[in-house]
Amino acid sequence: MNKDNEEKIKEEKDRKQSRLITPETIEAERRELEKTWFEPRGIIGWFSNTNHKTIGLRIICTAFVFFLLGGILALLMRLQLTRPENNVLGPDLYNQFFTTHGTTMMFLFAVPVMEGMGIYLVPLMVGTRNVAFPRMNALGYYVYLIGGILLYVGLILNVGPDAGWFAYVPLSGPEFSPGKRIDLWSQMVSLTEIAALIGAVEIITTVFKQRAPGMSLNRIPLFVWAQVVTAFMIIFAMPAVMLASSLLSMDRMMNISTHFFNQAEGGDPILWQHLFWFFGHPEVYIIFIPATGFVSMIITTFARRKTFGYTALVLTMIATGFIGFGVWVHHMFATPLPQLGQSIFTASSMLIVIPNAVQLFCWLATLWAGRWNLKTPLIFVLGFFAIFVMGGLTGVMLASVPLNLQLHDTFFVVAHFHYVLIGGAVFPLFGAIYFWFPKFTGKLLSEKAGIVNFILLFVGFNLVFFPMHILGLNGMPRRVYTYIPETGWANLNVLATIGAGVMGLGALVFIGNVLYSLKRGAIAGENPWGADTLEWSVSSPPPEYNFQYIPVVQGRHAIWEKTEDAAVVTGLSVKLRETLSTTIQDAVPEHKNQLAGPTIIPFLMSLVIGGVFIGFIFTPWAMPVGLTASFIVLFIWFWSNSTSHRPFTHGKIQEDAKKEDGAPPAQLKPTEANV
Amino acid sequence: MNTGKLKRNEQEKPDKRKILSALICARLLFQKASSKSRLFLFSIFAGLICAGCRGSQSALDAGGIQSERLENLWWIFFYICATVYLIVMAILLTALFRTKKADAQTAAEIAPNPEREKRISNSVKVAVAVSLIALFALMITSFRTGRAINTLAQSPDALSIKIKGHQWWWEVEYEDPTPSNNVTTANEIHIPVGRPIKLELESNDVIHSFWLPNLHGKKDLVPNYPTTFYFQADKAGTYSGQCAEYCGYQHAKMRFIVVAEAPEDFDKWINAQRQSSAVPATDLQKRGQEIFLTSVCTQCHTIQGTIAGGKVGPNLTHIASQQYIAAGSLQNTREHLENWVTDPQKIKPGIRMPMNNYSKEDLEALIEYLENLK
Repeated sequence: MNKDNEEKIKEEKDRKQSRLITPETIEAERRELEKTWFEPRGIIGWFSNTNHKTIGLRIICTAFVFFLLGGILALLMRLQLTRPENNVLGPDLYNQFFTTHGTTMMFLFAVPVMEGMGIYLVPLMVGTRNVAFPRMNALGYYVYLIGGILLYVGLILNVGPDAGWFAYVPLSGPEFSPGKRIDLWSQMVSLTEIAALIGAVEIITTVFKQRAPGMSLNRIPLFVWAQVVTAFMIIFAMPAVMLASSLLSMDRMMNISTHFFNQAEGGDPILWQHLFWFFGHPEVYIIFIPATGFVSMIITTFARRKTFGYTALVLTMIATGFIGFGVWVHHMFATPLPQLGQSIFTASSMLIVIPNAVQLFCWLATLWAGRWNLKTPLIFVLGFFAIFVMGGLTGVMLASVPLNLQLHDTFFVVAHFHYVLIGGAVFPLFGAIYFWFPKFTGKLLSEKAGIVNFILLFVGFNLVFFPMHILGLNGMPRRVYTYIPETGWANLNVLATIGAGVMGLGALVFIGNVLYSLKRGAIAGENPWGADTLEWSVSSPPPEYNFQYIPVVQGRHAIWEKTEDAAVVTGLSVKLRETLSTTIQDAVPEHKNQLAGPTIIPFLMSLVIGGVFIGFIFTPWAMPVGLTASFIVLFIWFWSNSTSHRPFTHGKIQEDAKKEDGAPPAQLKPTEANV
Repeated sequence: MNTGKLKRNEQEKPDKRKILSALICARLLFQKASSKSRLFLFSIFAGLICAGCRGSQSALDAGGIQSERLENLWWIFFYICATVYLIVMAILLTALFRTKKADAQTAAEIAPNPEREKRISNSVKVAVAVSLIALFALMITSFRTGRAINTLAQSPDALSIKIKGHQWWWEVEYEDPTPSNNVTTANEIHIPVGRPIKLELESNDVIHSFWLPNLHGKKDLVPNYPTTFYFQADKAGTYSGQCAEYCGYQHAKMRFIVVAEAPEDFDKWINAQRQSSAVPATDLQKRGQEIFLTSVCTQCHTIQGTIAGGKVGPNLTHIASQQYIAAGSLQNTREHLENWVTDPQKIKPGIRMPMNNYSKEDLEALIEYLENLK
């Protein structure tokens, strides 16, 4: 512990011993906390911010920008496909666009936006002041941003990747894809996956070690559970694709020329498919499970009753997390793999339907037994049911080997996974934005515009993607930049393009709604929806330190089950960025944990990491140089480490905290705490 | 189901538009309909789907035993899944109409009536059990179909055809014990009706996927993984297919057709293909041949009976007998052939064939020669 800290702690002890608990002292403490948690302003300040809410919002907004860019690419692709032998884009642009569209939506939108929501909401929901590793959290954001910019700079410079988001070798190998297009793609993958892994580590540590006292494992909100399961899936899935893309970039690098995937030199193109889909299928659940968290939270709040089957819902998420790693071969049924092995993957792919069915029935039961407060978030969840269930059922079809031989790599699959991903993730996400926007900004989004937004998206979506089922059955393969008139696919394609336009309008209404509501929206207040989790117990937007007094949780629905005399945690320093560490299972306080404050080092580190990966596109020397540079930055990082742990000696809750710090008894009522 | 006569695309075009408008109406109605009338609408809707899915490149217009099994499997899955979907939507809609309304201030129900919870819990259990049974049934049906479509592989008298995938065309080779009887062609596969066909698939460059929806599913052509694929046509007709695995620039125009014909017709065809190329008859044709043989064409193309022996592009020995050029993406007419020879990059950008700058007379002679290669 450095000297500075010791002085501060001593000073605070003196102050606490001499203080009486009155509204004035509470207010004074609040001011002190505000000063302690103040995030620096200005440009350097912007790059130094380590607050989870700031970083979370930045991730969400950045991901949304990429969502719009990916959507624009999709619109252009639809224009190209409107008529047979159309020449709006031509093959080169079309191939770059569909690759970038897929890559954007998977790597730059869906995973980051879900993690962004987690990084914003999880610390609030579990009742702590910041994520466990605030600086690393900031690092994750910058690395993700650099990866995303790399992809789009490439696209603008006409070196956008064009081998599909799955980049099958040998097409993506050095022989058939000369130039730098695929290198850009593979380095972007590594960068964004580093960011995803960082997010996962943050969430797991924060949830397991920083929950508010009383929030035992069986009281964690379902969204937080969803985030934890997702984080574990990320930790097991992402390394596979990072490995694969690194091997690919070494295969492609002139001076290295490894032959991992080069069939002519004993490498194996099927190996790539295994590595890629071992990541690629869990990826779908990495996107979908957080969305189920949104659905659970929204349904509970808007059906005005406790969630039906909490334990079942948690277990189904965990089961999905496990089974999700055992289904990847259903992307490879048409490859020359042995029959029996394929049947096993049919079985596992059908098995994964079961936890999802249980989940679905639990939600239906909650809705059935509840009283509905039918607001936009719930409307989006209803849209989720109508779309996602159909996507799930076409998924059952695709799990069957014989049917898959017909449907695989056709527009039927395009329809299927858009039903799953837009229905299963984007609709709940929109619901979640309508739900939590008041918490993020303090303003409510307009309900009327929200309904228009929903109708446009829902109708547009079905117009685009429903005809694609028929197109696929009618023989239209995926990833074709055009088709000949004899195929008779034109009419349904026109319909799909019209639908894409309608969806685009829906997105515009959403943007309009956000911009308008930011300026003129109704003031939300603490808890506009009467929701049950801890983030709704603080002001909107929440203060930088989240909770002046960390609450003690009394049930699964923290706000609904709170009694009048609920205890709170006192004894955390107001001069230092302290938070409470608790045990993994029962959330019993263990010690106080000092979190790192604002610093620009993570940004510098991200520049080094970005430099290494981008440099590696051009020369292998980027690795040793980058290693040295990152060593230097890490040296500064650890040298400046001001985090320290103080044992929470008698530690239970507030009475003990009082003994340790000599603070007066603090049976604070939450209302008083907010005076 | 729906295994009537094959329809040609041309005939189908006019009624497609009707189907389309009906489809839009059905969809709109479907979204607004109450749960009862939904069932009715849905059956119309399902009918429309099958009506929409016919033609020479459709998975739901079976022309052979394999695809018929696949089609039947599809309809079993379709009806079960559609039923499940309708039930779920019905529950949701009923809940929407019958539950009491509330607002944000309504006290949340934290300790619901245990008896009611028990009842709901039982319904959930029943629903899970039913879905388990349905899934199990689907899985068994799927396995049975999987086994059935593999039985063809045991047939001893299968006609063996070698297919090699190239960026972006298909090389087709009929091997014969007598080497001089080997036939090499491209993008057009003739097969006799009623006899199992064994395709030996391999790739020359990247991964392709051979997909012939009317007769069977698809099979990937992975470099270094030679593989086989069995199917059989039971109805005569022309079926089209195309590459289903993204293989680069011109993936969209890597098509082929399969002509299933009576065994006698097939024998006639293969015998014709075994012949050397037609000898130029007129002066113009002779001039055309000379142009062909003295230009870059010979570096890539073979014409049997001449010095042209290139192996990079399709074999042109009987080019005039084929229905399509440009890997099944352009009908083989004189005009198309002219455009193709002059500027293939305009029709299929990115392929290996270069632009050719022939004078008008030379071009006419060349086309005249090619048109004679029956």
